[in-house]
Amino acid sequence: MSQETIRLKEKALAGGMPLTQKRENLWVDAFRRLIRNRAAVIGGTIVIVLIIMAVFAPQIAPRSYEKQVLNDQNTVPAWLLSIFPTMKPYARISNDYVFGADYVGRDLFSRIVYGARVSLTVAFIGPLISLIIGTIYGSISGYFGGRVDNIMMRIVDVLYAFPGLLFIILLLAFFRSTLTKIEPGTFAYAVSQLDARLGGMLFIFIGIGLTAWETMARLTRGQVLSVREKEFIEAARTIGASNLRIMFRHILPNIIGPLVVAETLAIPGYISTEAFLSFIGLGVNPPTPSWGSMIADGAQVIRTYPNQTVFPALALAITMFAFNFLGDGLRDALDPRLRGTQ
Amino acid sequence: MGRYIARRMIYLFVVLIVVSFITFGLMHAVPGGPFDREKALPPEIMANLEKRYHLDDPLWKQYLNYLYDVFIPRITTQPPKGTLEDDFLISAKMGGVWLRWMNFGPSYSSRSRTVNDIFRQQLPISAQLGTMALLVALIIGMPLGIIAALKQNTIFDYISMSVAIFGVSVPVIVLGPLLIWIFGVTLKWLPPTGWGAKPPYLLGFLPTNWGWEYFRFAIMPSIALGLGSSAVIARLTRASLLQTIREDYIRTARAKGLQERLVITRHALKNSLIPVVTILGPMFAALVTGTFVTELVFGIPGMGKYFVTSITNRDYPVIMGTILLYAVFLVIANLVVDIVYAYLDPRIRYD
Repeated sequence: MSQETIRLKEKALAGGMPLTQKRENLWVDAFRRLIRNRAAVIGGTIVIVLIIMAVFAPQIAPRSYEKQVLNDQNTVPAWLLSIFPTMKPYARISNDYVFGADYVGRDLFSRIVYGARVSLTVAFIGPLISLIIGTIYGSISGYFGGRVDNIMMRIVDVLYAFPGLLFIILLLAFFRSTLTKIEPGTFAYAVSQLDARLGGMLFIFIGIGLTAWETMARLTRGQVLSVREKEFIEAARTIGASNLRIMFRHILPNIIGPLVVAETLAIPGYISTEAFLSFIGLGVNPPTPSWGSMIADGAQVIRTYPNQTVFPALALAITMFAFNFLGDGLRDALDPRLRGTQ
Repeated sequence: MGRYIARRMIYLFVVLIVVSFITFGLMHAVPGGPFDREKALPPEIMANLEKRYHLDDPLWKQYLNYLYDVFIPRITTQPPKGTLEDDFLISAKMGGVWLRWMNFGPSYSSRSRTVNDIFRQQLPISAQLGTMALLVALIIGMPLGIIAALKQNTIFDYISMSVAIFGVSVPVIVLGPLLIWIFGVTLKWLPPTGWGAKPPYLLGFLPTNWGWEYFRFAIMPSIALGLGSSAVIARLTRASLLQTIREDYIRTARAKGLQERLVITRHALKNSLIPVVTILGPMFAALVTGTFVTELVFGIPGMGKYFVTSITNRDYPVIMGTILLYAVFLVIANLVVDIVYAYLDPRIRYD
């Protein structure tokens, strides 16, 4: 913060600016710090480009992501031969496909564009689910303390010992087979229809949500404990504010920063979990393209057609880079003291 | 300390009961059984199979029997019979009696093997991979973090931290295929898939053929798995060391004329490594489950493949056994870290 802004701020405070203005300033300041962080700006720009790509996928993708052109199986555009010279002797050239076509003749580029939808949805819904469950659970535990806290935290401790990935695999196998052959008209049927419409993503969300909220619950509890005893909470209680009001008006706004940062930093984890689940065939339903399932398909022919693995892998890596940069930047911006930790 | 460990052991027991209960419930809530085929088996055969594996018992009885077989140690004078139902993971002769413990039952899909057979043959490979990935993480991560902290805001710092960002951003399913393509397929330096060790293993999990024949298989998977963790270690080491070298006692050490090298090694490093030790528990846990991913990418015959196929095959004992075993790993890894933590930092006391 420059001397100039500090002076302006002091002036504003001396002039009796209302207190609410100050909280807004915190976020404005954080945003200014974020903008000045070059890596974070690059990350943020990539994320915005990805969002545009996901939303306007039908307009951007030159072809359908599911249409199979069996005559064009494994074709390769000419420009790729200079990057992958090993393919020269046997590759069938077709410049209709920017990145080439896969083993059933689907356009790789279009599939990568559509694949952004899956990864980005997981990147936004995953944190949302774990944030909602974790924050509610953690704040109840931290706010009421005592025996409630003790019991609730022991439950989290026990769930923490679940080998996460194994548990998600088991859960997904459970959902997939339980909710596929059921009578229409029931709640389970509605759920499975919703999942089918989302290309199989609903169960991934539930799986990730059920395993990821525990970390958030612990973090929230710790934060609530540290804020709970502050004077302004005491003051609010003195004037008769209800528990709910104290929770939502006074505690949550004060701890939301670290929670947002933690969730942003957790996003790459969610993205790679989804990619892995799709890689082993438990993720999205084919033919919905996911970068993970594309890597799995490509890995079968990595010796002959490396382009089918390399491009989806790059897309996944770039996305994770972007979210990591953005998360780091956000943390530095919201709490400069934490710079470089974690 | 003794009481603390005892309490944690009770906690471990509770964890295992809960984990086994939830897993058992989920497994049996899934429609379809282990012997369902495209073409249904004749009912007599089905009934016989279910009888053989006690699947015709009520569920609560199956569950309690399972707990009894796994958790309760037996002390008998009878030697092991060597049948599939009588295979205990721990089976030791002490004086005239046998101590036998942990019978995870027979596998349903590979008919001639027990879950313990799978553990004995496949688990060592996963353990080797996990251990080497942890070593990779430490060997790459700590020097990077130390250099970055000592040369803060120089080109060394930026390079180290870029490597760290790269590490956390490239998951195994990206790095694995890329490594295979570059070093396995194009350059042909390393075998793209497979593993170099076969049973029997020294001490139950160490390979017998140390050397290039073994390590050439292990290099790519360990790096693919360990790089992400090395990035975490690098960032944590850097942050912790930066904090430590600003402490008063470091200034005192410098003021009394101690060589800079000694100030760093004797005073700063030792204290700054405490937070790094604490992360090793969760990290080991992540690596152990991460071996699943790595094994599938590199075609390594470890536990990963068995677990995924056991779920599609409804091989109940393999699913249960694997999840329980990994839960034990996680809890014990965290316990060891807590104990080491108390040893490194005498201010911490568990009572």
